[in-house]
Amino acid sequence: MKDVLGIINLHENEELLKELTRQRPLAAVPFGGRYRLIDFVLSNMVNSGITNVGILVKHKYRSIMDHLRSGKEWDLARKRDGLFVLPPPDHTHYANSIYKGDLEHFHTHIDFLQRSSQGFVIIAGSHTVYNTDYREALRYHQEKQADITIMYKTEPPAPGKQFSLATALTVGGDGRVTDINVSTGRIAGGDISLETFIMRKELLLQIIEDCIARGEYDFVKEGIVKRLGRLRIFGCPFAGYMAKINTVPAYFQANMDLLRPEVWQDLFLKSGQVYTKVKDEPPANYRDQAAVSNVLVANGCVIEGRVENSLLFRSVKVHRGAYVNNCVIMQKGEIGPNAVLENVICDKDVKISAAKRMIGDKNYVMVIEKGMIV
Amino acid sequence: MAHKECVAMILAGGQGSRLGVLTRMVAKPAVPFGAKYRLIDFTLSNCHNSGFDTVGVLTQYQPFALHSYIGIGSPWDLDRNTGGVHILPPFVRSKGGEWYQGTANAIHQNAAFIEQFAPAYVAVLSGDHIYKMDYAKMLAFHKQTGADATIAVIEVPWRETSRFGIMSIDEEARITEFAEKPKQAKSNLASMGVYIFTWEVLRDFLDKDEKDRSSSHDFGKNVIPAMLAAGRRMMAYAFAGYWRDVGTVESLWEANMDLLSDRPELDLYDPNWRIYSINPTQPPHFVATGAKVKRLIASVGCRIFGEVDNAVLFPGVYVGPGAVVKDSVVMHDAYIGKGAAIERAIVGPESVVGDGSQVGLAGEPATAKAITVIGDRSCLTAGSMVPRGATVE
Repeated sequence: MKDVLGIINLHENEELLKELTRQRPLAAVPFGGRYRLIDFVLSNMVNSGITNVGILVKHKYRSIMDHLRSGKEWDLARKRDGLFVLPPPDHTHYANSIYKGDLEHFHTHIDFLQRSSQGFVIIAGSHTVYNTDYREALRYHQEKQADITIMYKTEPPAPGKQFSLATALTVGGDGRVTDINVSTGRIAGGDISLETFIMRKELLLQIIEDCIARGEYDFVKEGIVKRLGRLRIFGCPFAGYMAKINTVPAYFQANMDLLRPEVWQDLFLKSGQVYTKVKDEPPANYRDQAAVSNVLVANGCVIEGRVENSLLFRSVKVHRGAYVNNCVIMQKGEIGPNAVLENVICDKDVKISAAKRMIGDKNYVMVIEKGMIV
Repeated sequence: MAHKECVAMILAGGQGSRLGVLTRMVAKPAVPFGAKYRLIDFTLSNCHNSGFDTVGVLTQYQPFALHSYIGIGSPWDLDRNTGGVHILPPFVRSKGGEWYQGTANAIHQNAAFIEQFAPAYVAVLSGDHIYKMDYAKMLAFHKQTGADATIAVIEVPWRETSRFGIMSIDEEARITEFAEKPKQAKSNLASMGVYIFTWEVLRDFLDKDEKDRSSSHDFGKNVIPAMLAAGRRMMAYAFAGYWRDVGTVESLWEANMDLLSDRPELDLYDPNWRIYSINPTQPPHFVATGAKVKRLIASVGCRIFGEVDNAVLFPGVYVGPGAVVKDSVVMHDAYIGKGAAIERAIVGPESVVGDGSQVGLAGEPATAKAITVIGDRSCLTAGSMVPRGATVE
């Protein structure tokens, strides 16, 4: 896998995550008790043996830079290759500049792509969360003699399940992709794209040049879909757990999924460990009055109250008499004595005062913005 | 080499033989403690938090785990361009070379290491004590009082004075007398094994001590008494707070249990004095529906399906459905099978307690308070019975 360059494309639609992406890009949204979304794709790449990764950061990227720093936690602080943050085109920093599309961003860093020594690229986003070893997909790509391979997961339609802003593939019996539907609404299921593409680097460079020359700027719609007839584009099925995190309900559900031991096992351990920034928190501490059931708890938490069906990120405090049910409480949240929280997502640093009641609906969870004191 | 005002030398070569199977494969400073730490984390973190960035770690007994744990010191921010952490095992010279013969000899053998930094002061610390202490304040005290040596002291209960090196001091805190493990103590100020020396002075005394064939080359037994006898200015620096030298299985167990009180004396949750360690890459821990936990300290990667009351769980511990873990310390990646029961025990890393096993429950009345120990990578088959106070290797 030394011959594969990883590219993480952070041009992702984050509108439907509302408050959670007000101050951060989708990739930096905290997830699963101690991670940010980007940790999963980045760990997949590292665990697959990829040693050169470029990240196309689009905007609000301070939190991403702060999280990744030298890439040391992912073993990517290397003398040769390693981690490269690829900032957006210069003009996007000026007023009235028009955002054209991710291909313009690729084009800005064409030098980086050309100079990297790898023959293949894997391009993936951050909001599709799964644990895999890309070596299998690369093998599939080579066996099929494909020009482009797109990973996908078959999701049979099920009641209460839907995918927003997902891309569905139509995959023939031989694995060939015959159609790609980039949905702008909701779809019930099907062969959902993992937004993960494998191709030769030369082909990527050619697509970028061709598109830019024609005033085309959208990597998937113009770079890939328009080439369905001309190129051998294959779908590589993925069987493990996958979550698409691009709406508040999907975010909440994916967190709750982690309370199922089989999902915990699949997403955190299956093909390799998930790395993240180290915080040196002390272990979690359950005091005498603690009563917990079905919870995922990160280090640094101090629990004196009742917590059920919830995720507590690092350094959350739940005071005496408090009751937390069906909630996601991010880092440094503090739930005051006798407060009651149900169906709530608390972003980082939220303080709930004593005896407050915050009740969201099961089907419409309440989101409390970062740093709020209620 | 850049000049450093003070070099810290951490003594980490001890075996800790009274810890039995727990130190069979690792030196005492590498013994796990408090759900995610090893003992040496406290001293290394104190160094970092005190702004001491040049640290030598003297190793000798079973050093591999310790060496790979410390590495280049990045978890403690001690991977520095100048200074940083240096591991110092005994070595061979052009004429011979020898094992470290005692704490003073270990420092003497590394005098050349210290001299590279041309320090004015040298701090000599133990790598196996549990405490949080600002060495910078102690150094300031040392300079302010114009001392040749400063020894950190802590008040211990009078009945325990015979276990410690006891200092008598005058009204300006100058040490007037030092007695190693006295039967009749004149004071209850015990040496914590934390020293700051003016390097020039210490170097002379180490040289003298080295030539003395009858010396056992130990700070407490030889060097400190010699300095006192020579009329050197030796000051006592009073420390108040939590400090433990966990020399035995019982004291290691107790120190872990100390963390479980409602307001532990040792506060691990102070963001201004963090204890650093290598952080394993594991997901947050999971407590299942039907599990019961209280008075628990648990680290990442644990999966708890049973009942845990008053326990310390290290990363990756599995507690099966119906299992009961009480008053115990379970080290990393241990597996407690379905319906197993464990009480007043220390379960070593990566060991397996088979389904329905009973550890530390039954035994003679004489062993009512004894701690049961399951050594690392031990495997108890299903239904095993380990009596109270027993040790399984």
